Amino acid sequence: MSSTAPEARAAWPVIAAAIAIVAFPLFGGRFAIDLATSIIVSAIFALSLALLVGETGLVSFGHAAFLGIGAYATALLAPKAGAPSLVWLAPAVVSVTAACALVIGALAIRTRGVYFIMVTLAFSQMAYYVFHDTGIGGGSDGIYINARPTLPFVASLGDGRTFYYVAVACLFATFLLLAAIKRARFGHALAGIRVNEARMRAAGFPTYAYKLAAFTLAGALAGVAGLLWAVKDGFVNPELLAWHQSGAVLLMLIIGGLGSLRGAVVGALAFILMKEAFQSEALFGAFARHWQLPLGLAIIALVATMPRGLMGLRESWRARRRTRPGVVA
Amino acid sequence: MTAKAVAAPLEATGIVRRFGGVTAVDRVSIALARGEVHALIGTNGAGKSTLVNVLAGELAGDAGTVALNGVDVTRWRQPRRARAGLGRSYQRTSVFATFSVLENCRLCAQARRPRTRRLALDAAAHDAPSLDAARRALARTGIEPLADRVVATLSHGQRRTLEVAMCLAGEPEVLLLDEPLAGMGADETATMLALLDSLRPGHAILLVEHDMDAVFRIADRITVMVDGAVIASGAPDAIRANADVQAAYLGETDAHF
Amino acid sequence: MPIPMDIATFLVQCLNAVQYGLLLFLVASGLTLIFGIMGVINLAHGSFYMIGAYMAWGLAPLVAAHLAGGFATVLAIGIVLSVLLGYVLEWAFVSFLYRRDHLQQVLMTYGLILVFEELRSLVAGNDVHGVAAPASLAGSIALGDLMSYPVYRLLISAVCVVVALAMWLVLARTRLGMSIRAGASNREMSEALGIDIRFLYRVVFATGVALAAFAGMIAAPVSSVYPGMGNAVLILSFVVVVIGGIGSVRGALLAALLVGFVDTFGKVLVPQASGVAVYVLMAAILLWRPEGLFRRV
Repeated sequence: MSSTAPEARAAWPVIAAAIAIVAFPLFGGRFAIDLATSIIVSAIFALSLALLVGETGLVSFGHAAFLGIGAYATALLAPKAGAPSLVWLAPAVVSVTAACALVIGALAIRTRGVYFIMVTLAFSQMAYYVFHDTGIGGGSDGIYINARPTLPFVASLGDGRTFYYVAVACLFATFLLLAAIKRARFGHALAGIRVNEARMRAAGFPTYAYKLAAFTLAGALAGVAGLLWAVKDGFVNPELLAWHQSGAVLLMLIIGGLGSLRGAVVGALAFILMKEAFQSEALFGAFARHWQLPLGLAIIALVATMPRGLMGLRESWRARRRTRPGVVA
Repeated sequence: MTAKAVAAPLEATGIVRRFGGVTAVDRVSIALARGEVHALIGTNGAGKSTLVNVLAGELAGDAGTVALNGVDVTRWRQPRRARAGLGRSYQRTSVFATFSVLENCRLCAQARRPRTRRLALDAAAHDAPSLDAARRALARTGIEPLADRVVATLSHGQRRTLEVAMCLAGEPEVLLLDEPLAGMGADETATMLALLDSLRPGHAILLVEHDMDAVFRIADRITVMVDGAVIASGAPDAIRANADVQAAYLGETDAHF
Repeated sequence: MPIPMDIATFLVQCLNAVQYGLLLFLVASGLTLIFGIMGVINLAHGSFYMIGAYMAWGLAPLVAAHLAGGFATVLAIGIVLSVLLGYVLEWAFVSFLYRRDHLQQVLMTYGLILVFEELRSLVAGNDVHGVAAPASLAGSIALGDLMSYPVYRLLISAVCVVVALAMWLVLARTRLGMSIRAGASNREMSEALGIDIRFLYRVVFATGVALAAFAGMIAAPVSSVYPGMGNAVLILSFVVVVIGGIGSVRGALLAALLVGFVDTFGKVLVPQASGVAVYVLMAAILLWRPEGLFRRV
């Protein structure tokens, strides 16, 4: 979003949404809670990319690599016997993922524009093949996590409701962190890089370092999402790194509205619900097998007609209300 | 007492830059002095902008050295030179079109702000040091009333002024100004020239310009480039009388000295 | 250092590498031209390769039954159909992408991939199919007295070389080629000079589609016809374009051959890391030249 004079963005929709998210398990059954947890973790995944794409303008088509690396790191770092505590496992997983992001980013950020899109896609394919073909993971079958990790003060992460709240806590923490970064000097510098990188360099910003920092941060947060995914399912497989995942997270961002953190969360919700609907036999009967067709058409239609996403719609609706005759601006 | 002379704020020696078969800058040497406006003039395609790009660090030279206050910065890239006190403005306005005027300058000032140890999560919009520097630059250039306007709504002249303000916000010692008067009307030109005049103390200014009237009004020294090489350099009166310079400009209409 | 393979195997692998690289070149050259000239990044490019292969499989029995024709007829009809497809697709869909930014182009063409995949599933099912090479070319030919090599594979390489030469001729020697190269360097100027940019774009896009589909058609007897075959080719084409440089056909050729060799010998020498070798190559080149080996046409 442009850093014009501070807009009075009402906090009440965010607070209302937060309350709804927290109160949800009181009304939902097990299936609903499981779906909601998937949405929450996907929202964290989308948020992790939001700063990189929306604020810095670096379109990465390989972000699934870090989701997968985080998930596999969780499975591989967990000891063979005994339940690992997230107190050490989580920082370890995030560190490993961040380190990978640093190395991949150092190479990828040497490129610009379309090259960057293609290169990130290629690197994530490389990561996919590493897990799919070599013996690191269990090959194309994936691997199970031996024992469910534990968290102090929390009874059991195996309980759907408990895990849901842990995921929600992570979502809130990620959202608040990214909001703070966006407002801070680092975030403003990233926005400047997106709008006019040459000018930023002329002013004295080492833009390569800033971009690399943003990329590494995005990777680290994706690692958090990967960790949650692995713990939720108890199982990881290479499809987490498939480029379809990278495409999905970009779609979440554009559907919600680029440049908006709320947009990332809303976009994740909208995308997953849409996908669930198209795959639902209750709605589409036997045709649900071919869910990729309506999804593909929906993607084309949404990107073509709503390039600024749902948050963009909201902005133009508010702008139109403000300029309507008779309404005091 | 040292015998060494005080180093020039900016000194370039033997700069060469080629593009394929064309030598755009051919063994050019130039030195700026503090408190001086040094104009760089020449025919179109003389290599002036290329030279500025090499001085600024945006382009690497094929040969030659650049020194800032005696320090050899030839191998330094642009951001590092900018942080060392070298500022530049662009011939084709290069601003942040979607930000406000104030944010444009604040961002440029932020680059020079020393890094703090604190985990900087405070809002940038309240960052006092960069805000102060930005406001000072805006006040200096006279566009402080425009502070909250979005750049896309500004007129061309206002944008050119912002271009210079952004350069000043970083509080540089050396200013490389690439045609700041381009496309400006008479009033705006006068204002800009008055500004450049006021900037003389404490700064070393290189002014690339086509407007001969303005150049001869304000420059302390003039360097003339033709086809990539320097053909004359000295005080305005000497340049005016120089036969080579007159010959170079003979083909140009409106070349009135 | 011990030689890991004998001379005969080495030569066979070299020929395989060249053939693979040349096929990749056909696909990647379309991709690089479409991006270099039209500024459109088209993720669905791999789908055209798949469509070509499925066309070869679907048309073969029809052509044999109704036209008493062989493989050459199938190819000819396939080329005409894919040019038509490219023409219509550019007019109906791609022309909307010109003014969009890269992210929107990427996502819209990603949606197109899903649509193509599912249409394929509806029309041709999800099974793996084989396509028979023409009988006259089905055998192997002896190369010296060291080994024999399938004739059909040699033909693939030969055909690709002919196509590459034809492309060079058109680009370097014809007025159309000049317009294409002009369009690649400076779109607005070309328009101002009276070159019909819209027509040019349609031609370039249709050619790109036809090249990819043609590659799929001639590769079908060798690689079989299966769902998802477009995706692997797409990503490798991206690697080729990144290594070769966007907009450069020369670069695409060199990069495709490099990729062909690295991939083929990677699979033979280090089977566990087979998929990874090509990306290591890409990373190495990026360290050295972030904009690819060559830059424009």
